[in-house]
Amino acid sequence: MGFPWRAAATPRGVAPLPEKGRTGADFETAWARRLPARLARVLIVEGPMRGAVRGVANPERTGLDRLSDLDTKKAVIFAANHHSHVDAPLLITSVPEPWRHRLVVGAAADYFFATRFTGALSALAMGAIPIDRSRVNRRSGDLAADLLEDDWSILIFPEGGRSPDGWGQPFRGGAAYLSVRTGAPVVPIHLEGTVRIMGRGMNRPRPGRTLVTFGNPLFPQPGDDARSLGARIEHAVYRLADEAATDWWAASRRAARGETPMLTGPEGPSWRRAWALGDRKGRRRKASRSWPNLD
Amino acid sequence: MPRPGFVLEVDRSTPPLLFHHGEWFRLHKLPSGARAIYAPEPLDGLDDVDGAIRDALLHPLDADPLPALLHPGMKLTIAFDDISLPLPQMRRPDIRQRVIEAVLDLAADAGVDDVELIAALALHRRMTEAELRRAVGDRVYDAFAPRGRLYNHDAEDPEAMAFLGTTDQGEEVEISRRAAESDLLVYVNINLVAMDGGHKSVATGLASYRSLRHHHNVDTMRQSRSFMDQHRSELHSSNWRMGRLIAASGVKVFQIETNLNTDTFPAPFDFLQRREWEWSARDRMTFIAASKSVDRAPRRLARSIFQSLEAPYALTSIQAGEVEAVHKRTTEWVHKQQLVSVEGQTDVLLMGLPFLCPYNVNSVMNPILVACLGLGYFFNLYRGKPLVREGGVVIMGHPTTWEFHPVHHPSYIDFFEQVLADTTDLDEIQAKYEKSFAEDEWYRHLYRTSYAYHGVHPFYMWYWCAHALQHLGDVIVMGGDPRAVRRLGFRPASTLDDALEMATDVVGRHPSITYMHNPPMFISDVT
Repeated sequence: MGFPWRAAATPRGVAPLPEKGRTGADFETAWARRLPARLARVLIVEGPMRGAVRGVANPERTGLDRLSDLDTKKAVIFAANHHSHVDAPLLITSVPEPWRHRLVVGAAADYFFATRFTGALSALAMGAIPIDRSRVNRRSGDLAADLLEDDWSILIFPEGGRSPDGWGQPFRGGAAYLSVRTGAPVVPIHLEGTVRIMGRGMNRPRPGRTLVTFGNPLFPQPGDDARSLGARIEHAVYRLADEAATDWWAASRRAARGETPMLTGPEGPSWRRAWALGDRKGRRRKASRSWPNLD
Repeated sequence: MPRPGFVLEVDRSTPPLLFHHGEWFRLHKLPSGARAIYAPEPLDGLDDVDGAIRDALLHPLDADPLPALLHPGMKLTIAFDDISLPLPQMRRPDIRQRVIEAVLDLAADAGVDDVELIAALALHRRMTEAELRRAVGDRVYDAFAPRGRLYNHDAEDPEAMAFLGTTDQGEEVEISRRAAESDLLVYVNINLVAMDGGHKSVATGLASYRSLRHHHNVDTMRQSRSFMDQHRSELHSSNWRMGRLIAASGVKVFQIETNLNTDTFPAPFDFLQRREWEWSARDRMTFIAASKSVDRAPRRLARSIFQSLEAPYALTSIQAGEVEAVHKRTTEWVHKQQLVSVEGQTDVLLMGLPFLCPYNVNSVMNPILVACLGLGYFFNLYRGKPLVREGGVVIMGHPTTWEFHPVHHPSYIDFFEQVLADTTDLDEIQAKYEKSFAEDEWYRHLYRTSYAYHGVHPFYMWYWCAHALQHLGDVIVMGGDPRAVRRLGFRPASTLDDALEMATDVVGRHPSITYMHNPPMFISDVT
């Protein structure tokens, strides 16, 4: 059967209409914020996801009391350091109510939304929205800002991707930009221990213990821009990391002296950075045999 | 806008009114002509709590800003109120945690290294790790406790106490050595009732039996009319003399006092502090369902449920600086929240007593504490004249079971079984028994190493009733265990009607009746 039962081919010499992208940053996620998908997500998050996180990451959550003054009806930007694929489920199950079930996760458009299947799965299970990390994409920013204004909280990893070597990466300005644009507070979060569970390069999770430390909410101040607020967010996460490694008082004193350790590690060749990491990454590979096993 | 308190004239249309009765409540129909006093509604809390704390520390009353008092190399001690405040325990984060973190932030900025934190519990029981964590927060606990820099005050450790001198009235002043020898002592207080705070914080909270016996005794209590009115309270006069001596001996105190509103019950039980005729259908159903459940629940379960309630208290005011200037402002805020004008005294005063008093948090409300709560605290919630006339009757509603917490209250058991079985006379008890309990090595050991109240503590609870016992013609306990009530020297009654009938023996037919409607609590300004 031909046309009109079938689509007509574009005549030769005529430029075809540009194909509308359905993956990557163009992936449509509005359906995942409608009621049926939200109910399904509640079941997923409170059921298998929470169980898996408990089994794999055994999290201890501290600092939730710092969120006690936040308006529970307003959106919040949660900004955390990023080491592992475990981070997002860990944080989704750690964010307290009432934000937990009105939460979207900024996910790499080129990774999580590379195919329609992975995109749909991410949007359904995590409430992921695509964030283009390769270039400044107005659509990603507008979508996130619209959601915040609609009182959807957002979880962002300002480092833009998992740590390649166990050290942190400099923070990008996305979370700060959204906060300055919408006035939403940013809650800095530090994750400790997830790199050992499933850091970059690991294809199987190795169960371990994790520590999730919530920090004091940061509000954009008059005169703040994305750069200045971004620096405060980054410093807040560093301070939380110091607090997790030592204690709150030691971290406070070091912060007062301007000596809070950075998470980005020392400058220099990769071996020096790996050396300075010590056992923080804790990744032990099975020794691979150089010779065939003849037994 | 919160409504002020008021006095309701009961008539035939008045519904049965809510009475606290231990772990739950009872509804009692009052006779026409009786009065019921309702507390003011909870004041609105501050929106920016952290901002208010910081502002108080940077702009103190009659003192330099806190940062100006902090410098590297100094010795800083932070003392804070213990488990007895607030009641019930407040929802996390506790206000003490927020204030202490703000103080420590400034100390860190100033480069202060030598910091210790002390739970100022005087002769109360030690706080457990969980209780300390709740009060100061996990961050502060984890930073200080493992290094021995956050601990409970030990009034029986001779090495840890410092004698500072004697007041012009002969009162010996002995407080924590660490506090006394610090360059700055910051005291973080919670003011729930007018009795708290002021010089009492340090002079009592960080003191020893040697000091406390000068104001925790029968004569002082009889001359404190009332504890809630600092200017007519000998208890406070004594503490003020001691506090001034502490200041004169060079101890620099930076007092931080906080006022909480009276928002006592969390949802869905928040209706319990509203007026009965304003309960919604849902509130009434909740009350009926909860009443049925509590009646059928094992007592231990009901107790653990109620002890785990977290009050949604909100901060209404915070002030810091010189002790007396700070306390003056604090008292104004307490009155703003709690004062109700009442005209004239009454023949019979009714009160329903709750499951909790300052000395049974996470514990059992034993009969001695019931007496102390009713006659020590509720009776004294007045300014001017007592709510009940001299020779009048107090009727208290409480189960008053013969039950004690063996870990927390070991000396109470002996006091009840041995001392009260012998006599309930205050002077005789003080003269005959106090010293032996106070200096008993076993009680001392339990106080220092377990979680027991000091051996002398049940005496203090009994002395707390001194003013009421001297003033009243009779005390009737409604719905209490008759054996335990009689041991206290009071009369048991099964119902309110029985109790009112019994009261006529003392106050005559057709007495005037007034009910202190609680929760929330209030102070009667009786004219």
